[in-house]
Order: sequence, then C-alpha cells, then structure tokens
Amino acid sequence: MTGFLQNTFNGLVSGAFYALLALGLAVIFGMLRVVNFAHGAFYMLGAFGAYVLLSEAGVPFWAALAIMPVGLGLLGMALERAFIHRLTRLDPLYNFLLTFGLTLILQDLVKLRYGVQSSPYATPSALSGSVDFGIFDFPTYRVFILGFAVAVCVGVWWVLTRTRIGMVVRASTERPELTRAFGINVGRWVTPVFGFGIGLAGLAGVLAAPMRAVNPLMGADLIIVVFAVVVIGGLGSIFGSVAAGFGIGLVQAWGEAYLSQFPIVSQTIVFIVMAVVLLWRPAGLFGREEAPA
Amino acid sequence: MTSTVDTPADAARPAAPSGLLTVARAPRWLRYALLAAGLLVAFWLPNGLYPAVAVDILCWALFAVAVDLLLGFTGLMSFGHAAFWGTSAYVTGLVAIHVGLPFPAAVLAGALTAALLAVPIGYLAVKRTGIYFAMVTLAFAQMVYYVANEWRSVTQGENGLQGVPRELFGLDLSDDYYFYYAILPIVLLGLLAAWRIVHSPFGRVLVGIRDNPARARALGYPVHRYKLTAFVLSGFIAGLGGGLFAVGHRFVSLEVLHWTTSGKAVIVVVLGGIGTLWGGVLGAAIVVRLEDWLSFSGFETIGLVTGGIFVLVVLLFRRGIWGSVAALAHRWWASRRR
Repeated sequence: MTGFLQNTFNGLVSGAFYALLALGLAVIFGMLRVVNFAHGAFYMLGAFGAYVLLSEAGVPFWAALAIMPVGLGLLGMALERAFIHRLTRLDPLYNFLLTFGLTLILQDLVKLRYGVQSSPYATPSALSGSVDFGIFDFPTYRVFILGFAVAVCVGVWWVLTRTRIGMVVRASTERPELTRAFGINVGRWVTPVFGFGIGLAGLAGVLAAPMRAVNPLMGADLIIVVFAVVVIGGLGSIFGSVAAGFGIGLVQAWGEAYLSQFPIVSQTIVFIVMAVVLLWRPAGLFGREEAPA
Repeated sequence: MTSTVDTPADAARPAAPSGLLTVARAPRWLRYALLAAGLLVAFWLPNGLYPAVAVDILCWALFAVAVDLLLGFTGLMSFGHAAFWGTSAYVTGLVAIHVGLPFPAAVLAGALTAALLAVPIGYLAVKRTGIYFAMVTLAFAQMVYYVANEWRSVTQGENGLQGVPRELFGLDLSDDYYFYYAILPIVLLGLLAAWRIVHSPFGRVLVGIRDNPARARALGYPVHRYKLTAFVLSGFIAGLGGGLFAVGHRFVSLEVLHWTTSGKAVIVVVLGGIGTLWGGVLGAAIVVRLEDWLSFSGFETIGLVTGGIFVLVVLLFRRGIWGSVAALAHRWWASRRR
C-alpha cells in the first residue's frame, strides 16, 4: 500500500510537468492555431537559465522562478512578432516546421556554449528534506512541485473563466470573427497569450532543474510525450490537456512500477494509451468531434 | 470550429504549385531532356563527389520522395517517417548479418517490414488530419525508437548493429564507388514506382483528397483507405532507402529512428519543393552534401545550420527550389503562348 501511494505520488509529480507543458501548448493553440514544437526547448531554456543564473550570478532558485518565466515569455513574444506571426494565416503545418527549426537552433546554441553534459542544480535549502505523512514520507521538493503546479493550473483556469481578460481570450479562441464584430481587438491578445504559454514552459523548466538532469536535450524527448498527451486529451480543450497530463503521469508511474518486467511496455505506455484513444475517440478524450475528412 | 484547422487542404493552404500541373504543361521535349539530364547526373555522380556521399544522396532521395508522396500528393505531413526508414535499416542489417542473403533481398525484406509496420500506424494516424497527423506519426515513431532502444538483445541498443555485409553473389562491393552503381538500379526503380503512383488514377484520387477531402468522400471514394494505402506505399519506399542506407554504412545506429531524422526528411522535401517529387531528390542532394561538408570542416553543431535552413525556407521560400523554378518556367511558357 505504501508503495502504491508512493508510485501514485511520483506519477502525479511527473504529471505536473506534463500538465504545465500541455496547458501552455493548449493555450497557444487555442489563440494562434499553432502547435509549438519549440515548447520543449523553452522548458530546457527555463532549467538552463536557472542553472546559469545560480552558477554564474548567484541568483537563488526563488528569484529564478520569477525571472525565467518572465524573461522567456518576453523572448517568446519577440519570436512571435518576428517569425510566427508571419505564418499564422497559412496552414498550421508551416508554423510547426518553423518552431521545429527554432528547436534545433536553440538546442545547438546551448550545446555550443555549455556542452551536452548534465549540470547539477541543488535543491533550495527551504525545500530539502522530506515531509512525513504518517505511514510514508515524501521529498519536500516534490510536494512543493505538485502543489505549485496545481495552483498554477487552477489560477489559469480562474483567469480564463472568471476574468474579463479570460473571457476575451476564450471568445477570440472560439469565434474570432464574431468577437471582432463586437469591437474587441483580437489581434492585440495573440502575442501576450503566446508569451504566456512560453512562460509556463519556462516555469516548468525552472521547477525541473533541481529534480532532473539539466542538459540541452532535456526538452526534446519530453515534448514528444507531451504531444501524445495533448492528442489524448484533445488539444482544443484546456481542461482535457491538463487532465491528460496528470493522467499520463500516473499511468507512466504505475507502468514503471508494476510492469517493470516488460521494459518495452512500460517505456512506451504513453503511446499505447494514445493508440487506444485514437481507436476509441479519435478527437481525444475531451476534444470535440472534427468534421469528417 | 476545429474543422477549419483540421483539414489540411483548407483555403488557407498557399497555392503550392502542383508539380503535376506544371510538368504536364511543360513541352514533351523539355521533359525528356530533363529526364536525360537527370539520368546523366545520376550516372556521373560518384565521379564528381566522394562516393560515400553519393550513396547517401541516393538513399535520402528515396526517403524524400516517400515523404513527398504523402505531404505533396496526399496532403498528410508525416513527422515520423524515421520509423519506416529506421525499421527497414535494422531489419535489413539483421537479415544481412544473420541470414546472409544478398543485399537486395535483405533490403526488400526491410522495406516489406517497414510497409507492414505502416499498416497499424497508418490505420491509427489517418483518423486525424493536419497538424494532429504530424503529432501522431511523430509519437508513434518515438515509440518505435524506444522499443529499439529497449530491445537490446536484437538491436544492440546504443552500440548499434555493426558489420552489415554487402553481399552480392561474391562480387566485391567494398568500394563505395562500385556499391553506388550496384544500388543505382534499385533507387531508380523506387523513384519510377513513386512517379507511377503519382501519375496513376490512384494518384489522381490522392490529389483530389488532398485538395478537397469532403468532395472526394461525397464522390464515393473511401478516403481513409486511400490515405492508408498511400501511407503504406510511402513506408515501403522510405524502407527501401533506409535498407540501402544500412548496407551503405555497414552499420545501423539508433539515430536512424530518431525524431531529428524524421524532421530532416521533411525539411529536405520542403527545401526541394512540396508536391514536386523530383524536388525531394534535389533537396536530398543539397542537404546531404552540405552536412558532409560541415562535418568535414569540423563544424559540430549541425543543428544550427539545418534549423536555420528550416526557418529560412519556411519563412521565405515555401515553394522550394523545384517549385520556384517550375513556377517561373510555367509563367514563361504561359507568356509565350499568348
């Protein structure tokens, strides 16, 4: 029982990363119809930025947690204005290709400067040690990640559903023409929303720095799993993306714990789930049915 | 709502010059002259280039044409074709090492395995279109990558398959120069097959599906089945390229299944020109030659260059090389006729 709870908890923690990344992807997709391949690269930049800030400028974790998402969000907004903006009227595949190219460039720029080896990042002292929950105890830092990620997801949900900004963003997502007809400047929100999504990826990266190996390739394999997550959840649905993120984290952790004698299955369980979802509900668990094509 | 996004052939698609149309309107003598010139270059290539690079160009040409068959003529962007290229490379290597068949037979076994793998992946992937199709194929290719990585008893994991033999009835093909001429007929057959597919009634239906899936469905064409067939054929051709690549390098590493390989295949096609078939061959020649030159001059971060090409081509040069030339030529012919 203790083992099961431990696996479940670890699954939720890795699910938190999937959820934060999938949330950013879904928000960007909703507003711009762009699937941002570079999302994993921005996650990597978040972690690397935190590492560089600490090792070269002595900036602590807590400051990095604020600086990196804002900085990367601004970088994202600049990239949106410079490149992505030019292609949003075309087939979304072109922006997928563009952001793929950006991924290769960002990865190699970091590689060029810092090499491919992993860099250690110490857990902030306030969050070291573990929390005792009676029958089992968990590393404090992981408890913090889970709580923080859930708080961020709830916060984004609150902003989207309960504030005027959120309503404008949702309306422009669902019916851009109609929203424009009501006199709302839809275009004004595109760049900030893109920056916000990138900021979420950077935030996930900073959170990952003390827990996972910081290296230039850390985001690349992750983003493909996140793509599977959003296919499972349905990219059009923000709630679906977050739920699928946590769900896949759980399934993966359980798979690794209880199917460890079949490493091929436990390593690929995300993709197996995706195959089943495609068979059963091609539009994703929370996605709307597409027009038949 | 989602329908506006999820149909790849929506009105937002830029008017990519359909290679089909431009080639059909070019005068007959020009087409034969181009074909003759292409064949001459193909026969001359290992004399002007390092033969190992020429071999790579042939393999990548097949890969690019396979991807273009889907991207340019069916309207499906597969971002996971490394699954077929790489699976065939591994199967070809294993068959050549353990069974000792002549290399064309091993390559055929590899390509057939790739086609077989394309059936379930294609069946699931064609349920989605557009950007989702790209994500789904990418994810399944990553699944194949993980399987190969875990299945070390067969694939040797990170070490890769070493010593893939170039057996062909006792002929000595260890020199890349002669090996090039040994694989050239197979590559030409593969390219011919792709050309036949595009110019067959089946290929016309594919283009119809690309341009207007709803109308194709209304006309009674089983759209999913056509797409799946195209996907499997494309997987087979990519497999031919991957198998030859394995024999050419006498070595198979996990890199053949990596997502960067899938991405490189797509950029080769976009650089050459989507929907032009021969543009992919041109793109393969340029990218392979460029990467060889970069690694020869000790440039380690090749991704910086390939990524840069990606960004520039997508931003400024979406028709690709062949597409731009064909569009110019087309305009010239049209103005002369007036």
